[in-house]
Amino acid sequence: MNDNRKFLIQGFFVLVGLIFIIRLFMLQVVDKNYKAMADSNVIQRVDEFPYRGLMFDRNGELLVINNPVFDLMVTPLEVNKLDTAFFCELVKIDRETFDTKMKEAKEYSRLKPSVFIKQLPLEEFARIQDYLVDFPGFFINARSVRSYPHNVMSHGLGYLAEIDRQRLDRDTTKYYKKADYVGMSGLEYSYEDVLRGKRGVKFKLVNVRGVDKGSFKQGEFDTLPFPGDNIQTTLDLELQVYAEKLMEGKIGSIVALEPGTGEILSMVSAPTYDPNLLSGRAFGNNYMDLLNDSLKPLFNRPIMADVYPPGSIFKMFQGLVAMEEGVITPDTRIFCNRGIIACHGSHTNEDLAGAIKHSCNPYFHQVFRLIVNQNESSNTYKDTEIGLEKWRNHMLSFGLGQPLGVDLPNEKAGRLPGPGLYNRIYGEGRWRFSTIYSLSIGQGELGVSPMQMANLAAILANRGYYYTPHMVKGIGEDNFVPEEFTTPHYTTVSAEHYETVIDAMWRVVNEDGGTGFRARIEGVEVCGKTGTSQNPRGEDHSVFIAFAPRENPKIAVSVYVENSGQGARAAASIAGLVIEKYLKREVTRKNIEEYALANHFIY
Amino acid sequence: MRREAKITGKIDWLIIFIYAALVMMGWLNIYAAVYDPENFKSIFDLETDSGKQLLWIGTSVILIIFIMVMDFRFWDSFSIILYGAIILMLLGVLIFGREVNGAKAWFEVGSFRLQPAEFSKFITALVLARFLQRSDKKVGEFKNLSIIAMIIGAPLFLIFLQPDPGTALVFAAFFIVLYREGLTPVPFILGLSSGVLFILTLIVPQIYMVIGAIILAIIVISLGQKSWQRFIGVIGTLAFVLIIIFSVDYLMNESTILKPHHKNRVMVLVDPNIDPLGVGWNVTQSKIAIGSGGFFGKGFLDGTQTKFNFVPAQSTDFIFCTIGEEHGWFGSFVLVGLFITLLLRVVYIAERQKSRFARIYGYSVASILFMHFALNIAMTIGLFPVIGIPLPFFSYGGSSLWAFTILLFLLIKIDSHRLDVFGR
Repeated sequence: MNDNRKFLIQGFFVLVGLIFIIRLFMLQVVDKNYKAMADSNVIQRVDEFPYRGLMFDRNGELLVINNPVFDLMVTPLEVNKLDTAFFCELVKIDRETFDTKMKEAKEYSRLKPSVFIKQLPLEEFARIQDYLVDFPGFFINARSVRSYPHNVMSHGLGYLAEIDRQRLDRDTTKYYKKADYVGMSGLEYSYEDVLRGKRGVKFKLVNVRGVDKGSFKQGEFDTLPFPGDNIQTTLDLELQVYAEKLMEGKIGSIVALEPGTGEILSMVSAPTYDPNLLSGRAFGNNYMDLLNDSLKPLFNRPIMADVYPPGSIFKMFQGLVAMEEGVITPDTRIFCNRGIIACHGSHTNEDLAGAIKHSCNPYFHQVFRLIVNQNESSNTYKDTEIGLEKWRNHMLSFGLGQPLGVDLPNEKAGRLPGPGLYNRIYGEGRWRFSTIYSLSIGQGELGVSPMQMANLAAILANRGYYYTPHMVKGIGEDNFVPEEFTTPHYTTVSAEHYETVIDAMWRVVNEDGGTGFRARIEGVEVCGKTGTSQNPRGEDHSVFIAFAPRENPKIAVSVYVENSGQGARAAASIAGLVIEKYLKREVTRKNIEEYALANHFIY
Repeated sequence: MRREAKITGKIDWLIIFIYAALVMMGWLNIYAAVYDPENFKSIFDLETDSGKQLLWIGTSVILIIFIMVMDFRFWDSFSIILYGAIILMLLGVLIFGREVNGAKAWFEVGSFRLQPAEFSKFITALVLARFLQRSDKKVGEFKNLSIIAMIIGAPLFLIFLQPDPGTALVFAAFFIVLYREGLTPVPFILGLSSGVLFILTLIVPQIYMVIGAIILAIIVISLGQKSWQRFIGVIGTLAFVLIIIFSVDYLMNESTILKPHHKNRVMVLVDPNIDPLGVGWNVTQSKIAIGSGGFFGKGFLDGTQTKFNFVPAQSTDFIFCTIGEEHGWFGSFVLVGLFITLLLRVVYIAERQKSRFARIYGYSVASILFMHFALNIAMTIGLFPVIGIPLPFFSYGGSSLWAFTILLFLLIKIDSHRLDVFGR
């Protein structure tokens, strides 16, 4: 039987060989079609680039546009009888540059075009265009680059750059090709998929020397490029321009939200940079300059600076959690003993609202102790652990200690310590309230990003819930907004507790002796709270969060100015001006404006 | 002493001649595939594929010398250890491998890359041969069959996970070996007919296939003698057929086992014209290149289609296009002829072995070479979906050339000892 099989196997091999030989005979000798297709012409596919979607502000002002640029291309093989001297003069390069560029092009390919001069400006293009017919082998390739008419909002909008190796490898859809431009940060990155559109492809016939012979089958298989969707952002351009002006010469950030929707009205990261620097011919040099700048202008502080201690603005939230836990009522008075923890101003025995207004440290030291040590366990160490975990869960519901889910890349989580962290630092059962009491006044291991602070202000404005802050108001023609931005997140503190705290914030700004007086605006009921957050590396940071008006709030703001001393000075005045600008569209309190712009906050 | 002196006399020089011819032809064609008339580079230039291939050829010669002077029993004794090592490497490549074209198939150290799957083939062959070396081991017994399934299945499964369905498919070669050793051809026939059914379902609408199968079953039942065994047999076959028909829909639409580009390659096979410039691009360009070759071809280095990057992977998986275009039907005939001669010679050598170990290994060599040759050529001329497997001895690539060299020369070494009195 096996002898039989031996022959069967050999027969099978021979059969397959025969099939191949016959099939090849049909393909190569009998069928003349393939020869015809190859002999005269070959098909080349050429990519057609789509128009990238534009971006508008909330009132329809253009923020990002596409600017046509013109690359001067060269196909070395087609260059002949070149008057090099005249050509160099025309395109304004010297002979040496010409030689190196030509050599590079030849090394890449003599047959395929390569870029000779990148991104000629429009005037340059207009000037040389007419002469180009006399220079065979040279031609113009038009494409577009991003341009920003208002020079603002660089961090939020982001920039484009050539796709890198890792991103190409990660692209499972196989859409991208080498040298494609993709969004690298900001909205350009987050909404790359909708902005980019879809590349078209054109099949053209070229002969074997690569010379164009028209389109293949009258363009039957060509696809048109599909332009990207436009995006309407939530930004208010006028407010943004003003806010960036206020932050000139400072380090820090401003975030303004619309509490009712979570829309980001303005977001400033200072120092900032001109977004046009990262578009166009000088991208490489400008990028390196920005990267090496000691003030880190590329760092998007509102969402990435998550080690900022919140300072006194945290007191409202301690109060809210304490009321929810039932360990204090609005009327609870605590004696300001100034023993363990220092205080300021003249007050002695305040209730909750008074303690917030005077920013009484001993009050919240005591409040935090009441939250954390509720005698759930007779062991004080164990008790603190239970209490801190409970406290942490409340704070998590305020959006702390986790990225909020903002539609911008690289959002950081912030730092919200819990039992886990202290167990790691001190060991289990080796820490108690006296170890962690700095948390009570927003210092210690806490870290909150300016975006999270603005969100806290929005929570207060909404009396207990927030929408994830976001920057898109509508994508494409049907104004689509992702669902995650239209679902409210409720905090664990019930709405009835908020009014006490809001009343205190109103008093901070509007009562005599309140630290927020620089944010006081005629005819607008602003509620706010200052913070002066201690910082081991220099002057205190100036912090302020606020919302306005008190009823039906339209704007919630956080301002964080590094190393500028008291919150009452830099942050409060800037926040007030931002609110005034947004609600009244113009600023009449010129003295405050001058004060904020002058930059002398330490005195 | 006597044995040493006679060793060269027992070497099968015909095989070595064919090997040398294929490797040299491959090298020249790799040069032709990367040759650019406007940017001349020497065939020895180490920046080109041809220059690098010469390095692989040189190192292969060293490998050959090693194999020929080493005691061949080493491979037998150490096969299990080698097998363990290759399984570990296949596991490792899933974790540490570099992803190229969506498959984690390569180890990368600096600029050096290694593809362990290539080496798994001859090692699996060795282990299989060793397991079955005693002539009383019947292939058909369930216990033996399950061990065989494990030997073949382990590397196959790991390669499938990369995913590299092309190389995994090559493991079907072992069916031929097992068939020769007495395995019933039923699984093979089943596999083949499933494939045919699968393709048929893609062409004919599902509902017609179902109705057709049921009508056919009714006719078969009503025509023959009426017996329960027969009835159950026909119903069972029908169920099997229906499962395949319905699984087509699932595999092509729902499941994620096949990646979109795999599905497209199957679809293009069924109808190459559905999208000649899209997913059919590779096959269309490959066929234009081969088809334009004519009877004698355009001449060495005078091809046009295989320049300009129309055909993808010109120096590796689609190397046959260069031969087809530049050397025409005549060149293709010589190539196919050389391969068939090689295969028949290997079978001849396998059959003249005294030990079952050597015979099984010989058949494995023939079958693995056959699968690679058949699938690769069939793919370039549009008879089989595009799967990325190299043409043995021909395609550019160090891992594959080394692996095929070891595969073939182990057989030559073993064969040269066939007359040893003590043998194995």
